[in-house]
Formats: sequence, C-alpha cells, structure tokens
Amino acid sequence: MSHAPTGVIERPTPASPTPKSSLGSRSLPRLAPLGFAVVSVALGIGIPLAAGWHSRIQWGMLSALFFLAISYVVTTIVENQRQARDRLATSVMWVCFLIAVVPLASLLWTTIVRGAERLDGYFLTHSMAGVLGSEHSGGVYHALIGTLEQVGIATVISVPFGLLTAVYLVEYGKGTLAKAVTFFVDVMTGIPSIVAGLFILSIMLIASIEPSGLMGALALAILMVPVVVRSTEEMLKLVPNELREASLALGIPKWRTILKVVLPTAIGGITTGVMLAIARIAGETAPIILLVFGSQLINTNPFEGAQSSLPFYIYEQYRIGEAASYDRAWAAALVLIAFVMILNLVARGIARWKAPKTGR
Amino acid sequence: MASTTPIDTPPAPPVPRPSPRSTGRMGDKIFLGLSRGSGILLLVIMASIAVFLSYRSAIAISENEGNFLTTFDWNPAGDPPVFGIAVLLFGTVVSSIIAMVIAVPIAVGIALFISHYAPRKLAAPIAYVVDLLAAVPSIVYGIWGALVLVPYLEGLNLWLDDFFGWTYLFDKTEIGIPRSLFTVGILLAIMILPIVTSVSREVFLQVPKMNEEAALALGATRWEVIRLSVLPFGRSGIISASMLGLGRALGETMAVATVLSPSFLISLHVLNPGGGTFAQNIAAKFGEADAFGRDALIASGLVLFVLTLLVNGAARLIIARRKEYSGANA
Repeated sequence: MSHAPTGVIERPTPASPTPKSSLGSRSLPRLAPLGFAVVSVALGIGIPLAAGWHSRIQWGMLSALFFLAISYVVTTIVENQRQARDRLATSVMWVCFLIAVVPLASLLWTTIVRGAERLDGYFLTHSMAGVLGSEHSGGVYHALIGTLEQVGIATVISVPFGLLTAVYLVEYGKGTLAKAVTFFVDVMTGIPSIVAGLFILSIMLIASIEPSGLMGALALAILMVPVVVRSTEEMLKLVPNELREASLALGIPKWRTILKVVLPTAIGGITTGVMLAIARIAGETAPIILLVFGSQLINTNPFEGAQSSLPFYIYEQYRIGEAASYDRAWAAALVLIAFVMILNLVARGIARWKAPKTGR
Repeated sequence: MASTTPIDTPPAPPVPRPSPRSTGRMGDKIFLGLSRGSGILLLVIMASIAVFLSYRSAIAISENEGNFLTTFDWNPAGDPPVFGIAVLLFGTVVSSIIAMVIAVPIAVGIALFISHYAPRKLAAPIAYVVDLLAAVPSIVYGIWGALVLVPYLEGLNLWLDDFFGWTYLFDKTEIGIPRSLFTVGILLAIMILPIVTSVSREVFLQVPKMNEEAALALGATRWEVIRLSVLPFGRSGIISASMLGLGRALGETMAVATVLSPSFLISLHVLNPGGGTFAQNIAAKFGEADAFGRDALIASGLVLFVLTLLVNGAARLIIARRKEYSGANA
C-alpha cells in the first residue's frame, strides 16, 4: 500500500510540467508561421541573389529549408521541443503539398499561355496536309477526328465488357475464378500502355494486319477495361443490399434485378468511372505510335489506313523541333488538356450529384 | 420483351408462376454466362499478352548474335543482329528509383497532410488538386519536361555538381543540357505522386480512431499521434502504394522519350545526359525498325511486362493481406 501512493504521486510530477506549459506558459501567436514564411522567403531569395544563383527552384528550396529551420528553433526557444517537432512536422507537410502544386501550376500555366498563342478556329478546322514543319500554318483537325474515333471505338468495346465483368464480380462472383479475376484486374491496371501496344502489334505481325485506327482502339480498350471494372465494382458495392432483397422478394429474377434495380441505382458512379477512364486513355500516345502510325491527312475511316491522334500529334510536332512546330504542339496540348479536364470536372460533378445515398 | 407481362402478374394468380420462373432462369443463365464469360475473357487477354509477346520474342532472341541480357548495343538491323537490354534495364531501374526516392516521402507527407493536417474544409479540394496531376496526359508532361523543366534544372544540376559532386552519383562529367536520368527521375516523381498519395491516404483514413484518440488522451501532439498510431498502422499500405508508383514509373513512355537524350552507355553519374529505358527505346526505335527489329523491341517489351507484373502483383498482394488483417474496421 505504501508503494501505491508514491507511484501515484510520482507520476504526475514529471508529467505535470507539460500540460501546465501548454496551458500556462508562453506559446507562439497564431500568425507566427506567416512571419517565419516572410523571413525565410526573404532569406531564400536574398542569399542566392547575393551569391549569383539564378535557378528559381533553388530559391524555393532554400526558402523552404529556412522556414523549417527558423520555425523549429523559435518554437524550441519559446515553447518546448515536443511542440517544435510538431510544428516542424506540420510545416514539412505543408511544404510537401506546395511542392506538388508548383509543377501542376507551372504545367497548366505554360500550356495555357503557350497554347493560346496558336489556338484559333483555323487551327481546329485544318489538317497538316502539305504544311512544312517550319511553316506557321496547319492545324489539328485530322488528329481531333482520329482521337474521337479511336477513343469512341475503345469505349464501345470496353464499357459493356467492363460492366459485365464488374457485375460478375459483385453479384455472382465467388470462389477461385472471381478471386483470379479481381487480382488480374488490379494487375492489368498497371500494364504500361506501351506493352498493350506491343501485344496488339504482335497480333498484327502474326496476322499481317496493316496499321489502322481500329488497332489503336483495341490497345486503348485493354487499358480502359480494368479502370471501368474497378470503378463499376466500387459503385455496385455501394448499392444497399435491401434494394436487391426487396426486388428478389417480389419474385423478380436476378438478371432483371441487376438490370432494373442495381445498375440504375449506381448509374451516376458508373458514368463517372467511364468518363475518367475515357480521360485517361485519350492522352495515351505510345500505342498510337506503334499501331496507328500517324498521318498528316484527314482520314475519317478508323478501319483502314493510318490516322493521327491528339497526343501523337503533340509528339510529332515536338520532334520536328522548329519554333512553329513547338507552337502547334503547345496548342494541341491545350486542346487535349481542356478535353481531359472538362471530362474530369463533369465526371466529378455527376459523381457528386448522383451519389447513391448511403449511411455515411 | 414477352417476359415483362408474366413478371408483373405473379403476386395475384399463383397459376402462371412456373412460366416467369422458367423465363427468369433462362435469363439468369444467359446473364450469368455473359458476365462470367467476360471475366474469363479478361483472364484470357492477360494470358494471351504473355503468350503472344513471348512467341515474338522467341523469334527475335533466337536470331540474336549478342547476349540478350548483357549486350550494350541495340542493332537488330545489323549483320549479324546484335541487341541487348543491359542499358535499358539499368536506365529503367535507376530512373524509377530516383523517382521513388523523391516521390514517396513527399506523397506520404501530402497524404498525411490531407488526412490529418489540412483544415477539414480544404481537405477535399486539396485531394482533388493532387488527383488533377494524374489527369494530365503523359505526353503533356513530356513536352513540359523537355521545354520547361530541363532548362530550369540546369541551375540545380550545376549546384548539385558543385556541392555534392564528391558523392560520385552527382558528379557531372559531361557538359550538356540536363536531358539525364536524373531529370527523368524528377519528372517521373511528379507523375507517380498522385497514385502514391491516394493509396496511402486511403490507408491513413482507415487507422482505427480509438488508437488516435488514445494517443491524444495521453497528451500526444499531432505529430506524436501520427508517429505512434498512424504510421505503424499504415506501413504496409505505404509500401504497396510505393510499389504501385514504381510500376507506373517503370512503364512510362512518352515523358521519358521526350526528355531523355538516349545513348547506349551505363553510367552512375546520373546528371550526365544519356541512358535509356525500355519504353523510351521502343518508342524511339520503332519508326526505323523493320519486321525483325520490331520483334526485338517486343522482346524488350516482354521484359518490361514481366517487371511491371511482378511489382504490381506484389503490391496488390500486400494490400490484400492487409485488408484481411484490418477486417474489423472495414
């Protein structure tokens, strides 16, 4: 018994300084990090300017380092070391986030500014027929048609395929087959686009098929199917079981329950998933290089002859390496990014609007 | 369409019951067949990717006069044809490792930031901004990398050479614009950031609230909560997220093809321009390749396929195993 009180008394004594200090002792004002930031940015730009370094990346890195050091030291002095570590961790995480934003902002900014120079109605409605690389004319019309057709065919192939597979996994799937399919859908998501292209290429070599938009679309479909399966699967799992049971209890066969009850409930999420998948494959270049070959001319027939596509066009113009072709590459990049971003935004809008009401 | 009428009737008369049942069974059979069939077709596609690539590779490798694994050259059109993947394997692995070293800590930081630090109202928009990085097509990263990032990195390269040249790794022995494996690694890091972030974020959000609250109740600061309860719980998740990112980095084509100035040399001076990766080599050499040259490229693609298959498969297995353990808080 004599030990117990001492134990109780002893424990609070070492612990008590910490809660006391956090309540009673000095703590930094809430806006202190802002002050640190101003000082460290000033140092981070001032020192390199004095030393003659001109890379702005270095300025940013130095400022970040100064920020970490200053806030750690000041907090240790004013508060205590545990708080300092906490503050250090907080600032490291803010810096991590900013590091991710910088390239995104730079990329979008450059694409918009450089792309807008060349993007106009003429650019969108003319092909590259008879245009030399160094000439300031020509356009992206043939590539737009190619992209729309190839992506369209890939979507037509992979959406029913992906939906059925997801339905199998969620509604029927049990046992080894379902496990294998789940695993390989995951693995398939990670197939590099160039490998999908090589697979179709090897079929083309064996069956001696000429390059065409259709071949590119097949490779794109291989890349698109796992994305559709995965997102549809997630959405079908969100459909409450009560709905299925109610429908089955009314004597409705399972397949009609799936078609008329389960799929319509999840249709918003499924649409989102499909649109995100389209956005992903619309930017794929590698399979197009191998399978569609690229063309300067308008070819509206995806089943015969070489075609172009937006990402391929960007690569082609970049490789020419003239000022005029760089302009065209940026303008096409702007068209592509706008296409992908609009798909993304609309898809997420639908997801929010049509989200199945769950208990969460 | 004939089946609609009987289905509406069953509640009232018990007599026509057998007919909807039988149509139901028929429809069920067809539907089950279709959906199981597409599941099987998916497995068939995966298998045939392996089979077709191996078949064409075998044709190429049997004609190859050099050692496929150790030759420092890519000349399938020569007489005799000589090509090997040594440089490509080296470049692919090195650039991916650089990408991982840069991206994984930053991605984990962002994931923690979103799940535990960001003001609650900002968390969703921030997650969305990071996801936007994933939406940018790789070719746009490519031209941005080549025309914007490469000139910017010249300063950083000189600086690294000046201050860290003694590490051998950052010793820049060749003069030239930094179209190097290091630049490629930085670009790949930006590209794999979103996937590593989103997978680790998912895991961090699954940490049992009780563990965190227990740590908080003991007076832990936010960082101590993370160190004591979040990171130990999420370790396997971070590992598998990084491996998924690695899988992406290994197979990236366009960003590498536009940024790197390829050469068939192996050098650990990562700042020197030169080197090559599987995907970049395929994209660059395809235009000039004849039928045999294409088979040779397919052979190198097979190696890439196996590599990404192993990495992705391992990552998925780790995730799956974790899910079984954490079934209680699913």
